[in-house]
Amino acid sequence: MKTIKTCVTALISALLVFSPVAYADKWSDQFPHIKATGDIPGECSYEAMSKKNYKGKTLKINTHAVPVMGEPTALHAEQFAKLTGAKVDVTHTPAGDLYAKAMVPFQAGQAPYDIVFGFSNFINDWKRYLEPVPKKYVEMKQMKDVTPSHIAIASWDGVMYQFPVDGDRHYLKYRKDVIDNPEYQKKYKADTGKELRVPRTWKEYGEIAAYFNGWDWDGDGEKEYGSAEVMKKDDLMYAAFYSRSAAYSKNPKTPGGFFFDLKTMKPLINNPGFVEALTDWVAATKYVPPGGINFGLGDEIGSFGGGQTLFSFSWDDAFVAAMQPDSPINNKVGTAQLPGAMKVWNRSSNSWDEGFNQAPFFVWGWAVGVAKKSKEKEMAFDYLCFFANEANHQADIGIGRFGVNPFRDADFKVDVWTQIGWDKDIAQSYVDTLAEMEKSKNRVFPLRVPGTFEFNAALATAAAKALAGQLSPQAALDEAAKQWEDILNRVGKDNVRKAYSVGVAMEDNKL
Amino acid sequence: MNFRHKFVFLFPGLFVLIGILIFPIIFTIRLSLSGWNSYTPEMNFIGITNYIRLFTDDPRFWESFFRLSFLSVSTVVLQYIIGFALALMVWREIKFKRFFRVIFLIPMMTTPVIMTVIWRTFFHESLGPLNDLLGRVGVEPILWLSDPVIAKFTVIIVEVWQWTPFMFLLLLAGLLSLPKEPFLAAAIDGASSFRKFVYVTFPLMAPISIGAIIIRLIEASKIMDTVFVLTSGGPGTATETSSFYIYIKGLREFQMGYAATLSFTYLVIMIISLTIIAKVLTKLMIKE
Repeated sequence: MKTIKTCVTALISALLVFSPVAYADKWSDQFPHIKATGDIPGECSYEAMSKKNYKGKTLKINTHAVPVMGEPTALHAEQFAKLTGAKVDVTHTPAGDLYAKAMVPFQAGQAPYDIVFGFSNFINDWKRYLEPVPKKYVEMKQMKDVTPSHIAIASWDGVMYQFPVDGDRHYLKYRKDVIDNPEYQKKYKADTGKELRVPRTWKEYGEIAAYFNGWDWDGDGEKEYGSAEVMKKDDLMYAAFYSRSAAYSKNPKTPGGFFFDLKTMKPLINNPGFVEALTDWVAATKYVPPGGINFGLGDEIGSFGGGQTLFSFSWDDAFVAAMQPDSPINNKVGTAQLPGAMKVWNRSSNSWDEGFNQAPFFVWGWAVGVAKKSKEKEMAFDYLCFFANEANHQADIGIGRFGVNPFRDADFKVDVWTQIGWDKDIAQSYVDTLAEMEKSKNRVFPLRVPGTFEFNAALATAAAKALAGQLSPQAALDEAAKQWEDILNRVGKDNVRKAYSVGVAMEDNKL
Repeated sequence: MNFRHKFVFLFPGLFVLIGILIFPIIFTIRLSLSGWNSYTPEMNFIGITNYIRLFTDDPRFWESFFRLSFLSVSTVVLQYIIGFALALMVWREIKFKRFFRVIFLIPMMTTPVIMTVIWRTFFHESLGPLNDLLGRVGVEPILWLSDPVIAKFTVIIVEVWQWTPFMFLLLLAGLLSLPKEPFLAAAIDGASSFRKFVYVTFPLMAPISIGAIIIRLIEASKIMDTVFVLTSGGPGTATETSSFYIYIKGLREFQMGYAATLSFTYLVIMIISLTIIAKVLTKLMIKE
């Protein structure tokens, strides 16, 4: 009898520990979204939230349009409402209008939304209207797992204003089945005399992309193209340009600013490093799909994720979309850090420093805060904490269209990704890519100064003119630099310098 | 007799007029004299600084204005020609006249934003059906939305498709209200269809035509949704119009004071130019 009892106990224990079925619990039965993990204990778990009572209260949220970030916001709102009895109203807003939709009531002293979603580079303009994240949330276990760089992005002067729900960076995505294909490697070598490999520099990226542009290299009867990139003016294209510029312009030997020279506040965006990057980008218009010059983020995700191009670089979404089980290129893609350059501009010596240089770009991620004027602050922070609890987070990061990407140390483990069907070597390369970026000492962080929108819009307009052939790269960036000077004069150099010094300290590894 | 009480009856209308017309204009003028933006969120007074910036240091606004002029005039001229032709067609006794009248009105009854999304999909260079169809007959993909010149014509195509029915409706109503006698007289004189059109129909339709053209010019000069959805002003700034540019400055970059300056200047320019256009059209089309 004792033996039987021992066996039964051992069997149950084994099931609980090893079988995915063991994760089925009362919460995953009710909320299939977390069926892979079940509820994971924590301060903001399903179990913990079910003990809260917000019946009769209403939480109002302004978030992005569906699906990117809008879909998880609505899903977790529905779950939160079921668990706590609260009524949650979710408003969806296009990306370009998120800033103004919050700023107008903020400046009028109103709070039509308790929670506002936006981008992390809004922090400087928004922070005076946001409630700092209370200590109890900052000290929670789930927050302790957030990487230092993402804590820094969500904070200002040591105060956390944005609740971390996403972590973003730009990196290279490529078709592994082509780059690693021995036949193509042989053919490429025969035709060009060069090795076919994951590109180390932007020049190499351009050469390979141009070679694989405009013919059916995957045998599906359709033409494929070299690269899908975010080139549409008002659709975050400035971030793509900074990614291409980092290797040419972020020189570890010249600390003190990537966008401006912190000492003089002279804009650096028309120096030869940026011009070289824009010249490369103009050349890229020849190896993007027809109409690629008008690709926004959604087009880029659809193009690379749908198997139309060899390369892409931007946020995680296109890669995660490509790795979903229903994708035509599932487990046929790889990742690497952004390409580098064989020279980098030295603004001190006013000349190029020869040699390989690489600089990861920690593009802003989605960010969210609670309005200072909100009357439901506690419920709002509970919602955000629930949104980012471990069970929800693990489920969310596996769905490409959700736009929720790794920002916790736990996300950089191979098992997290193999559990959702990724091949081990792809998962390994993915986590290695992200981890290397975290470790890099030559990083670029997004511009987070007063008037960020104006600076980025001026840059995007100038770059778009160059891509459309309306201006040369040098003339376009001179125009942008002139506008940056004007914006600086309007905002005040000292105001911008004070804010920019925080980002420079992060880039110079002083924070 | 004291008629002062009659002013009491004017007050409701006056209040409405002040509320919906006068106050917004005065507020816009005041806002245009402030530096309200994301980092100075207050109605401070900076004099005519914004106006100086507009007239001395903002070529993009003027480029967008001239682009708008080109798009407005070309779309309205095309709408007038096509709308008139369609109206003449269903004015005559033809089969299925009622059916055609309804069919021609459908584009105007659809929601512009939704239809532009459909057009954008249709014109999408690599995923849309149009280039796919052209490819089947050996034509290379046309850069409908990403070539700076072709993109302008794509915007014109969508605008003409959407708003020609409005012109058609006004002109058909005009044709149906014309007196029959001049046409009978022309028929007795043995005038050909062409001469009847040139010497009878067109002159009689002139007042209605001027009204229709001015109404459409006012509407076309506010073009925003088509550009916003179809091209976002791109490639580069190739299809950026004044209203889209004002939207970018005001609601994207949050330069509220400067956007008010642009709006007020634009309003003044439009009032002056539309008045001149109406006078010129009257002189050209209506003969004493």
